[in-house]
Amino acid sequence: MLGEGILKGLAETAKNFAGSFVSAERMTTVQYPEERIAPVEAARVFPFLVYDGADWEAGMRCVACQICEKECPPKCIYIEKSKDKKPDALGKPQFYPAKFDIDVSVCMSCQICVEVCPFEAIKMDNEFELATDDRFGGLLQDRKQLAKSNEYYHTIHPTEAAEVDARLAAEKTKAAADAAAKAARPPAQAATPAPAQKPAGGGE
Amino acid sequence: MFETADQIFVLLKHWLVGLLPMALQPVAGVVVSVAAIVCFFPALFALTTVFERKGLGRIQNRIGPNRTGPFGILQPVADGIKSLTKEDIVPLSADGAVHFLAPLVLVVTVFMGFAVLPMGRNMVLADMDAGLLFYFAIGASTELSVFMAGWSSRNKYSLMGAMRAVAQMISYEVALLLSSVAVVMISGSLSLTKIVEAQNHYSYGLPHWYIFTPWGLAGFVMYAIATTAETNRSPFDLPEGESELVAGYHTEYSGFKFALFFLGEYLAMFSISGLGTTLFLGGWSAPFSFLTWVPSWFWFFSKLMMSIFVFIWLRGTLPRLRQDQLMNFAWKFVLPMCLLNLLVAGLWRFMGDGWLRWVICSAILVAAYVGLGWEEMRRMHIGARSYRYAE
Amino acid sequence: MSFAFYLIAALTVAGGLAAVLLKNTVHCALALTVAFAGLAFLFLQLDAQFAGFAQILVYIGAVAILVVFAILLTRGSETPKDGGIFSRTWLAGLAVAAAVFAMLGWAVLQSAPGLPGATPEPTVTVGDIGVALMGRYVLPLEIVALLLTAALIGAVIVAMHEKEGGK
Repeated sequence: MLGEGILKGLAETAKNFAGSFVSAERMTTVQYPEERIAPVEAARVFPFLVYDGADWEAGMRCVACQICEKECPPKCIYIEKSKDKKPDALGKPQFYPAKFDIDVSVCMSCQICVEVCPFEAIKMDNEFELATDDRFGGLLQDRKQLAKSNEYYHTIHPTEAAEVDARLAAEKTKAAADAAAKAARPPAQAATPAPAQKPAGGGE
Repeated sequence: MFETADQIFVLLKHWLVGLLPMALQPVAGVVVSVAAIVCFFPALFALTTVFERKGLGRIQNRIGPNRTGPFGILQPVADGIKSLTKEDIVPLSADGAVHFLAPLVLVVTVFMGFAVLPMGRNMVLADMDAGLLFYFAIGASTELSVFMAGWSSRNKYSLMGAMRAVAQMISYEVALLLSSVAVVMISGSLSLTKIVEAQNHYSYGLPHWYIFTPWGLAGFVMYAIATTAETNRSPFDLPEGESELVAGYHTEYSGFKFALFFLGEYLAMFSISGLGTTLFLGGWSAPFSFLTWVPSWFWFFSKLMMSIFVFIWLRGTLPRLRQDQLMNFAWKFVLPMCLLNLLVAGLWRFMGDGWLRWVICSAILVAAYVGLGWEEMRRMHIGARSYRYAE
Repeated sequence: MSFAFYLIAALTVAGGLAAVLLKNTVHCALALTVAFAGLAFLFLQLDAQFAGFAQILVYIGAVAILVVFAILLTRGSETPKDGGIFSRTWLAGLAVAAAVFAMLGWAVLQSAPGLPGATPEPTVTVGDIGVALMGRYVLPLEIVALLLTAALIGAVIVAMHEKEGGK
């Protein structure tokens, strides 16, 4: 009959209306600044730069290869390569970013910079309260603001960080073994396995 | 004691006016009454906006605004300050004068409607002989302001919203008038105070409200449908459907002019609910004879707020109609039912007392409702919605 | 002839003049509405409540809206860029207007002496009008109703025909 559906709908909304006063589990609202839900582990908002050790400048994993800058779809990353080189975690001399800025207002949280980084240097943070009252300077985060320790990475994404650490450790032992092998073997024989090593290293 | 409580606003007015010299008293009386209406209903509007938002929230299992003041009750103050301090933007190509006048015409005409509503015993600003006619004459003028707003903005969404609004308001105006005419036929008067008095009787402790008769119930349902469409409330909010037309005819209004449109819409809702209360729900008369000691204005405003609640409830429940559904519903269902209701009201009037007229009148109306509804649902597919994408 | 009368009369005349003289057609329609409202106020000032409210309801609520709709649907709202607002046949228009004015003036002048000087104002309530319409004038009322129904059916048939042709 005409109007039947309307009455059914009205009954449904009336149930919701009355129910919201008596049962607390109906209400899904979280009173945000006072109450917070713990973020899920896979949450990602904005990138940060990982460093090892205590000194952020020395331990920075980033080698300023600028792949992320090129891959970034909205072009929100600005990198300036350093003129000199500095030893990295493996002790190899590498370039480092003299300037590394990410614009919060442009970033779209796509995580492509993380996907393309060969050095596990840039990761996604779950910090989402990035609003400031400074429209220009405040929204442009420089490398000091972006640098966060590996321990911090472990606290926000434990599973992922453990995998990354295992990978880096494997790489390190491999590099050490290679170096040891290189040192032990005569230089003439070392020329043959070296090309085989290269694709494996490039694939990382 | 009860008498004083009932007439407290009237006495207050007389006391206030009595303070002035004799020559000024007639003018002062009018000014005081008008000032009371102009102050009270916008205050009610402010409260209603909070209650609407909270009520809609509850319907959707949310809390609604709760930050400004205790329980969010100061939200309208914040909204008011915001709209007052916002920049008043008039589009460059807009028709300045008409653009400026449109919200004024709306608010002024809507306010005039309150003049004839009896809000309590002896509480009516202008007890006109043709009060109902006055109300509808004033109500018809609001369409013009909607058109003015839509046309002067020089915006396609505004213009489309205005066209929809005017088409909708004209269509449902007919139903609104015809459903009210049944009341006039029975009570034999166009004066709203007389209509209320005709309903202010009790038998077995129950009131003689017109809604408790077959024709009255049918008329009330038709009236409620027509008022929802007249005030552009959901599910008939096509003129300002935000998913289609940005905001309809007030797209190009900002700041306080927009607030005036908002105010005008809510005031129209109050006044039309007040009229419905007066026509069908016995106006200020008490629902049971043993409750007649409660002040009459209390009953009027309780009934008014109940109607507002139903408006909010409907808004929280029903999805928006399509334009063709809206028009078909108005002309093929509501209008025939209203015409039939006139016939039934005539029958009721001339069949005299007794149970026979109850049976016959109810049977006619129910049969027509079921038959028309069935026919409409079969032919116009009102029942199940069919979606056609771009053809 | 009170102050209110002159105010309302000025408003009505201004509205009428604006309706004729303005360039934008929608402005003309809105000005015409002002003139309608002025007329309604004149009726109300003469204590003719029914006529006054009916004037507002019918003319402002329906006729003005209809005019506006017609203007919008026929692209008449575009303001002519060049040329005056007067048509070339303004002389004929003037003649017709003068004739209508003369007739109305003649009617007013003829009826004025017939009225007794100082009779009390007749108090005609809406109820009296209803009784008169349903009693003494029921035949004219029914004839008018029939005419309007015929016009309505005609309009519906015209609209239906067009729709069928279009399909």
